Amino acid sequence: MELTNELSELISKQKLLKSWSYIWHPVERGYNNRTLYINVGDFNIKEKEVTQLMKDKFIGGKGFGLKLLWDATKPDTKWDDPENEVIISPGPVGGISQYSGAGKSLLVSISPQTDSIMDSNVGGYFGPFMKFAGFDALELQGKADQDVIIYIDGVNHKIEIYDDPGFSSDSHLLADELTLQFAKDSKEAKNIGVVSTGAAAEHSLIGMVNFSFWDNKRKAARLKQAGRGGIGTVMRNKRIKAIVAKIPDMQSNLNNVADLDSILERGKKYAKTMKDYDDKQNQMRRKGTANIVNVMADYDLLPTHNFKFGSHMDAFKIHSDLLRDKYFTQNVNDACWYGCAMMCSKGADNFELKTGPYKGDKVTVDGPEYETAAGLGSNMGIFDYDAIIEANFYCDTYGICTITWGTIVGFLMDCYENGIINKEITGGLELKFGNAEDALELLHQLARGEGFGKIAGLGVRKLKKLFVEKYGADEQFLNDIGMENKGLEYSQYVSKESLAQQGGYAMTNKGPQHDEAWLIFMDMVNNQIPTFEDKAEALHYFPMFRTWFGLMGLCKIVWNDITPPDNKFTAEPHKIPEHVDNYVTVFNGVTGLKIDKHELIRQSERVYNFQRIFNIRRGFGLRKHDAQPYRAAGPVTVEEYESRAEKYDQQLKDKLNIDANGKPTIEKVAIMRKFREDQYEKLLDAVYERRGWTKNGVPKVEHLKNIGMDLPELLEIVGPLQ
Amino acid sequence: MILNLNNREEFFESDSLNVSELMIIKKFSYPKIIVKVNDHLIEKEDFHSTYIKDGDKVVILHLLAGG
Repeated sequence: MELTNELSELISKQKLLKSWSYIWHPVERGYNNRTLYINVGDFNIKEKEVTQLMKDKFIGGKGFGLKLLWDATKPDTKWDDPENEVIISPGPVGGISQYSGAGKSLLVSISPQTDSIMDSNVGGYFGPFMKFAGFDALELQGKADQDVIIYIDGVNHKIEIYDDPGFSSDSHLLADELTLQFAKDSKEAKNIGVVSTGAAAEHSLIGMVNFSFWDNKRKAARLKQAGRGGIGTVMRNKRIKAIVAKIPDMQSNLNNVADLDSILERGKKYAKTMKDYDDKQNQMRRKGTANIVNVMADYDLLPTHNFKFGSHMDAFKIHSDLLRDKYFTQNVNDACWYGCAMMCSKGADNFELKTGPYKGDKVTVDGPEYETAAGLGSNMGIFDYDAIIEANFYCDTYGICTITWGTIVGFLMDCYENGIINKEITGGLELKFGNAEDALELLHQLARGEGFGKIAGLGVRKLKKLFVEKYGADEQFLNDIGMENKGLEYSQYVSKESLAQQGGYAMTNKGPQHDEAWLIFMDMVNNQIPTFEDKAEALHYFPMFRTWFGLMGLCKIVWNDITPPDNKFTAEPHKIPEHVDNYVTVFNGVTGLKIDKHELIRQSERVYNFQRIFNIRRGFGLRKHDAQPYRAAGPVTVEEYESRAEKYDQQLKDKLNIDANGKPTIEKVAIMRKFREDQYEKLLDAVYERRGWTKNGVPKVEHLKNIGMDLPELLEIVGPLQ
Repeated sequence: MILNLNNREEFFESDSLNVSELMIIKKFSYPKIIVKVNDHLIEKEDFHSTYIKDGDKVVILHLLAGG
């Protein structure tokens, strides 16, 4: 990466549109106690105080994002209204380097896909750097009348807004260009964090946001993604092309924590566990999260052909060993934040692109992670890492969520093979399962804002409506096979045989992303939570525990993808008690507070219930919005049933005392469906009860009082719904 | 033989299996697991030498609650 004459000329043409200075103070025990507000429509820039109530009830990260968005919008604010915001906040623990996985930022906005509240987390440098520059959150409102670049200058303590003199649109180029512009020399590149999207975010509702981190070995800005829910689309709708943060230099204790030694002690022990055991466990340092591609296939959980099946005879062609041995560069520090011992941001170097505008270029591809391999691979019936990595690269640089895209294209292929759409509708693309070439062309069309690719960028919910209204498709069938809930596409796990995971997906606040709960092994394999009450307890504890990471600026993977050797002797090994205790210690070490593991859950409960009520304020968040597509629960078609007929027939016998012999499959499908849909309704009842909600999914006033979240503005909404 | 595997009764063709063989039959490939046979913890290095017989209670906990 170097400053070319062409880039220098571009930079020289750039105009400064606004400059605003502030007085910098060091972070105090994880907080700046102020946030930064920028209106890109009128260039109003100001700082806002973080009150004690905000810290007590909302903690930071996603909590701050939700609070600021609530205050900034009305119940009927639309995603593309100027008053909608994109909020970025790392949380009080975010930015420490003594414990692994502490570089996360949380983005919050009203989603173009769900019309409700979206949150998405991402690694990379920007969030911590913004915090060290002086702010606990960045609140972006308004709409610019031209593309703008926002610069948070933590060296000279200024906020600047620039025009765009013609920088690249796509993130793999733009992140490098802006890093070069704002770093005085190559040594300063490590002090820069860039936020950007890409060409496809401008033409779709599913735009993703990239956060850069500097890779000193590769001498390049690499990218992590806040993918879910179209926040990149909101960013581009505001005509924000990029946001850059710069600090003077990374130092060991910029959070000025209360007790560094306690954090160091836990961090060192954790790092030693990673060093000693990662190779014997998940090989996160060698394969990243993609280590489970083949594991999921073995357990019939890898989505193939639009979630019809959980495995495939060609799944061995995308075994994670291939990534380790053929694609991922080994023995490099692939941490997306300082001090992370997990280092799971694996990359494929010198990958030669075969299609699209960068055909022939040799690039570094960030990933594929598990979700990407499943979404862009097996779920489309594609079992070829060359094709998956190519699509991975283009999704990232175009600003498209790989999870969302994988589920959308899988759905389109299912529609194509069922005759709901055809070549005439797709403009000549043959969207059969396994057709990697046409799937890639669909993605390039989306980036160009053309053809059927642009239509695909509407997302599954809107595509279903379009196919029913325009092409007379069977609405019930599309609702069964269209893998979305609340308007968000499912992430990449087959939940058919785990009732708890069906809830873990469809009962989420933002839509079916696995970051709230991943209970499939506990439920389906381990049989640890056999009763409705057991499942409800798991669907209380894990979503609350996992919400907490998003309040802090922490990475969930670090909690769960390595276990200490003595974990097996603990009473609750699935919770990894040593790591839970680490988190309590780290939070107390940063803030000087004295919480325990029970208060940790309470902190999350307050924010989780707030988000549920925020959804209700916007006309969502009720029981009917927790409904799932039937393909998430069971076999929709005869083909699906017969592919696992022995198992399903046995279930009819064991659970319903029905002899399947002699019954036509279509009848068995119907019996199974009635049973499974009834089970899901019972699960909803049990979980709502455990969470302190009414049967309609509304938080009870009494529960809000019990958890200390009985704020007047919340009672005003839930009171009439009790 | 019939085993109680993760609190479910399951039939296996063989009358005797060691833990490694059981894992292969079940396609239990995830590496982060805890194995107990009749409430006794079995270390990974003992999977080959630990034999399971009819009526045994086997627990194989998969420690993935993440994703």
